Amino acid sequence: MIIAERKLMEEIKRLVAPFKKVLVAGCGTCVAVCWAGGEKEVGILASQLRLARNAEGNKITVLEATVERQCEKEMVLELKDKVAEVEAVLSLACGAGVQTMAELFEDKPVFPAVNTTFIGKPEKEGLWTEMCGACGDCFLDRTGGVCPVVRCAKGLLNGPCGGTRKGGKCEIDPEKDCAWVLIYRRLEKQGRLALMREYNPPKNYRAVKRPGRIQAVKA
Amino acid sequence: MAKPFREILKTKEFIVTAEAGPGKGSNVSKIVEHIELLRDKVHALNVTDNQSSVMRYPSLGVCLLIKEHGGEPILQVTCRDRNRLAIQADLLFAHSRGINNVLCLTGDSIDVGDHKEARQVFDLDSVQLIHLVHTLNSGKDMAGNELDGATDFCIGTSATPSADPIEPQLIKVEKKLKAGVNFIQTQAVYELDELKRFVEFVRKIDEKVKILGGIVPVVGAKMATYMNENVPGIFIPQRIIDELAQAPKGTGVAKGIEIAARMIREIKERKVCDGVHIMFIGREEKVPEILKAAGLL
Amino acid sequence: MSKEIVAFCCQHSAYPAADLAGKSGLRYAENVRIIRVPCAGRIDVIHILKAFEKGVAAVLVLGCEEGACHHITGNDRAKERVKYAEMLLKEVGADGGRVKMYNLSPNAPHKFVKILDEVSKKIADEEKQK
Repeated sequence: MIIAERKLMEEIKRLVAPFKKVLVAGCGTCVAVCWAGGEKEVGILASQLRLARNAEGNKITVLEATVERQCEKEMVLELKDKVAEVEAVLSLACGAGVQTMAELFEDKPVFPAVNTTFIGKPEKEGLWTEMCGACGDCFLDRTGGVCPVVRCAKGLLNGPCGGTRKGGKCEIDPEKDCAWVLIYRRLEKQGRLALMREYNPPKNYRAVKRPGRIQAVKA
Repeated sequence: MAKPFREILKTKEFIVTAEAGPGKGSNVSKIVEHIELLRDKVHALNVTDNQSSVMRYPSLGVCLLIKEHGGEPILQVTCRDRNRLAIQADLLFAHSRGINNVLCLTGDSIDVGDHKEARQVFDLDSVQLIHLVHTLNSGKDMAGNELDGATDFCIGTSATPSADPIEPQLIKVEKKLKAGVNFIQTQAVYELDELKRFVEFVRKIDEKVKILGGIVPVVGAKMATYMNENVPGIFIPQRIIDELAQAPKGTGVAKGIEIAARMIREIKERKVCDGVHIMFIGREEKVPEILKAAGLL
Repeated sequence: MSKEIVAFCCQHSAYPAADLAGKSGLRYAENVRIIRVPCAGRIDVIHILKAFEKGVAAVLVLGCEEGACHHITGNDRAKERVKYAEMLLKEVGADGGRVKMYNLSPNAPHKFVKILDEVSKKIADEEKQK
């Protein structure tokens, strides 16, 4: 799923500094699962903003609302009335959600309160790891199910580089595994190392022409 | 005029190459000094490409200076800063100015350098880069178009014999050999047995490629520890760190040179590989001392 | 009129302790509001923040002794949440030291009173210094 992380409080405070009445809008899907922008996080941020502004002697009224998916027009429109009451919106959704809000409520400033970071999964409770780079040209079949496009820090298709640290850790971060060592171990387990010996030609980086746009076939 | 490196590779001579590291700025006087000092003492001079991801005067520029001063340059090309178009264009230019040796590298990550917020390119990796050079040599570009003027590069690459785990690294080396390289310059080696095993592995696949053992002098125990932790691809063993620690204060550089020269002599005498590649960045003026101590001057 | 101290008291530990204190005639600070909860783990971060929004002086979370939670892990979770709440308060310039977790047994009325008195005194001293 999409992983996001709440922005620093200093930045969020700065965004709403000129306003006296705002809506904090959450999303119940990806950002809720990764504890960045669900209903709970909306409540916490709203409370923090009130506390902060009370202490400054510059009260702020904070409305709270969470929709199931902030990237869906029909669901976002449910917020119509609340948005009408406020001067600005702080969205805790990923970039897709923030922009959907901004598009539907064009007369209100909509600000992001989280940084959308990557497509990933929980490695363990509270620890999210990047897994997929949305490159549009998946070749996980050739790498034993380990993606070198994002999990190799340099995105190499014929790795590893010469900088692998002892024990198979990444040049860039000793806490991270070298993706090509992971690929090697996985393919070795399956007796398919021949795949790793094959040359991978340069990637088609225009498999998805950005900005991406896909028309699904209607059933 | 220096002999073309390609010709040296055909002989049985013990091959010696060294590195010249460009500085930060448009002032080339220092590197010209190094070129003047080294050009006739080694078979070829590598020029690093934004080494350690620090922005510097370009490798291509220094290679031109080497040609102008009668030396034989090896152009290092990394994949970190340029996409496939830029790399192909640079190689066409290099060929047109008589630069005929290229070392194909992946490149250090942006994080170890001084422009930590830059976008890493890595449109290609080192294996794809080797294939690319062959393509240009054959008179075509990567998209299959005919070139008005092909290139004729002698192709080299690097390898890390002390990688741990070694197997994935060797699979990559095999891919490079299958793509076709004329010479390999390894990362720093401090254990001759490691180098020997690496050479044996390579020889099973390619009998002709020349292998030059990487020599990186270390001038102090602290520096050794720092390099182990911060420089990608370097693994200095404890016994060397201990030997450096025991050297009297102020003799670190001399000790580093002594250890390096010792390694070179051993490689030559035991015929471990075809030559050495000396990397003493920041202290290029000391390279002749190493060569002398190793009996190569 | 000094600000309130809110004490969330677990019904298996702190609440019976408070009850015993009362029955034994032990006196403690007047401005303490005791809120009974089924377990310290019932308290979430938002409850703590909202209490501060209402203007309390401090929030205490009192649960079973470590390792003896009636609901096994409730007091462990409460401990983590109190830590998190501390951080959230610090982020907005509020005094993170005003939220704290305590552990006690149901038959420890004196400990209960001691905790409340210590907290009251600390707050009173801090207010004086302002």
